[in-house]
Amino acid sequence: MNATATNAKPVTILQAINSALADAMAEDETVLVLGEDVADPEEGGVVGVTKGLSTRFGDHRVRSTPISEQAIIGAAIGASLVGFRPVAEIMLMNFTTVAMDMIVNHAAKLRFMSGGQTHVPIVIRTMTGTGFASGGQHCDYLEAWFAHTAGMKVVAPSNPADAYGLMRAAILDPDPVLYIENLPSYWTPGEAPPTGFVVPLGKARVAKEGTDITIVSYSRVLTEVLGAVEAMEAAGVSAEVIDLRTISPWDKETVFASVAKTGRCLIAHEAVTQFGVGAEIAATLQAEFFGQLKAPVGRLGAPYAPVPFSKPLEAAYAPTAARIAEVAIALTKDH
Amino acid sequence: MTSTYAPDRTTLFGIYKRVALLKANDERSRKVIMTGRLVMPYYSYRGQEVIPAAMATALTDDDYWVTIYRGIHDMLAKGMPLNDLWAEIAGRVDGTCKGKGGPMHLTYPEKGIMVTTGIVGSSMPIANGIAWGSQLKGNNRVTVATFGDGATNIGAFHESLNLASVWKLPVIFLCQNNLYSEHTTYEKATAAKRVADRAAAYNMPGVRVNGNDPVEMYAAAREAVDRARAGDGPTLIEAMTFRFYGHVFGDADAYMDKGQKQAAMDADPVPLFRARLIAEGIATEAELVAIEAEIETRIDTAVEFALASAFPDLGELTRDVYAEGEVA
Ligand SMILES: Cc1ncc(C[n+]2csc(CCOP(=O)(O)OP(=O)(O)O)c2C)c(N)n1
Repeated sequence: MNATATNAKPVTILQAINSALADAMAEDETVLVLGEDVADPEEGGVVGVTKGLSTRFGDHRVRSTPISEQAIIGAAIGASLVGFRPVAEIMLMNFTTVAMDMIVNHAAKLRFMSGGQTHVPIVIRTMTGTGFASGGQHCDYLEAWFAHTAGMKVVAPSNPADAYGLMRAAILDPDPVLYIENLPSYWTPGEAPPTGFVVPLGKARVAKEGTDITIVSYSRVLTEVLGAVEAMEAAGVSAEVIDLRTISPWDKETVFASVAKTGRCLIAHEAVTQFGVGAEIAATLQAEFFGQLKAPVGRLGAPYAPVPFSKPLEAAYAPTAARIAEVAIALTKDH
Repeated sequence: MTSTYAPDRTTLFGIYKRVALLKANDERSRKVIMTGRLVMPYYSYRGQEVIPAAMATALTDDDYWVTIYRGIHDMLAKGMPLNDLWAEIAGRVDGTCKGKGGPMHLTYPEKGIMVTTGIVGSSMPIANGIAWGSQLKGNNRVTVATFGDGATNIGAFHESLNLASVWKLPVIFLCQNNLYSEHTTYEKATAAKRVADRAAAYNMPGVRVNGNDPVEMYAAAREAVDRARAGDGPTLIEAMTFRFYGHVFGDADAYMDKGQKQAAMDADPVPLFRARLIAEGIATEAELVAIEAEIETRIDTAVEFALASAFPDLGELTRDVYAEGEVA
């Protein structure tokens, strides 16, 4: 399971997701792909994540759909109820709002409400991320909505190997998984994972070891955290970095072990701070480590505002390496 | 109406047996609630029995059905066992869903009853996916989605009809038009003169039938089933009917036109159907009395079975959220 990447040729996150889909489809003919523009006559999606799949596996298994988010998720749910493993693309995360009934009321609950008679092994792929001047309606991080919904699982890879391994795990998983892709880091290169590489859901990765503070993050902000670590080292602060990989269910064991060692924690994510994933982790840590923490658990996300359009505002919106370093260092100095 | 699909005498009798079961079950449900033996939200389907009875008769056990909160008639028609049904609506461990679904969320895959949804308009997108599965497997199974007239004003209805038509899915959209959505009349909420007209926008046949007439309803159902099995795609059936007891059991009906309601109840489709069987010599009074008595006995048994069944243990609170051993 934890096979290290052996393939020397670097790949991007985008290519890794494409390979994961292709490999899963080749191994299991119940895996289907559907969504707006996903087939090859439509160019395999807006950025080409699903390119080549319909040519290789046929348009019966890779279907471009109308712009009908409810119908897309509904079709995925229905097909999963009769033995298929559909991967449904919702072009951008903001458009999941249009399909919330299908996701929250149906996909997440059918196992429970049916007393375990039916289940919904679907993957919902979606992408988001600031940095493209898209403004308020095209780049929100809404992961907390889904993590808050019992019955859903939520994953967000930060590098190509994890992107591949988490996708394979999500497709194999018996329950609905929301798979969040990050637009600005689609072209980030990294080591290619071996075919069949699986990153188990619910298992975090210690991206860097350290002693003074634990920084928990995921998706693109993880890259910023790794950038922050250098500035912190220059300031004499050693950070341990945890890439959550799965947001729900999150890997308490790994995070607890790290915080037990460092006594401090900062959670950094792109979504607005208020009511976010950081709040859940912080509350859990305060309960677990009350009296042992050397500083209050810190949270760093976006301000409580929609994503702005204007360049300097947008640049100030998501946590950057500099801001993360500043907040993390303060947590180790002020307390 | 084409006679090709008219039910023969045996088929008609079969439809009646289902209708009699549905009527008796609704009457018992209301009685059990009124006497305080069970507490549940109950959406009476009394008056609408012929529609699912005829539809289910046109299907096989293997076919699929996705229904809504007002759908117990659909499920009984499709073959959900009475004991399992009653235990579920009583919230007991022997229910179809271990008591965790309740009357609005019944599931019984063994008979193709895949989803019951409490969200207006949500039966259709999921029915499409099941039908897509059948299309991919080439197994000839048909999927029926039932819903009310009010649901045809929800976006999901339009998305679903469009997708089903573009993909030529073996699905039947069966609207039970009882002229009200909650307390609002059809005319106040729906711009289309007839729900069936909406099919034209999606390039599929749209038929309006008297859903209370078993011959007409069965013929429409058979035609749609044959179309779906032949790979010719979806059909929208608007089955006209009327619900006798308000939206949710206990509502005061003040919003309903009393004359219209009285006329509908005077034209109760069940006794009319019963009289027809006798008039046409398909069944004798004695035969029908015997069938009806047997149904009452079966319901007695189911109610007692349900009330004697245990409540689920508290461990069920967090079970089935995820697959066993995959707990968050
Ligand atoms: C999306 C949604 N909105 C509102 C409701 C509340 N509600 C429950 S039933 C109903 C009326 C639906 O009428 P119709 O579709 O005609 O079906 P009927 O109850 O007449 O069978 C409403 C508004 C709901 N369950 N779901």
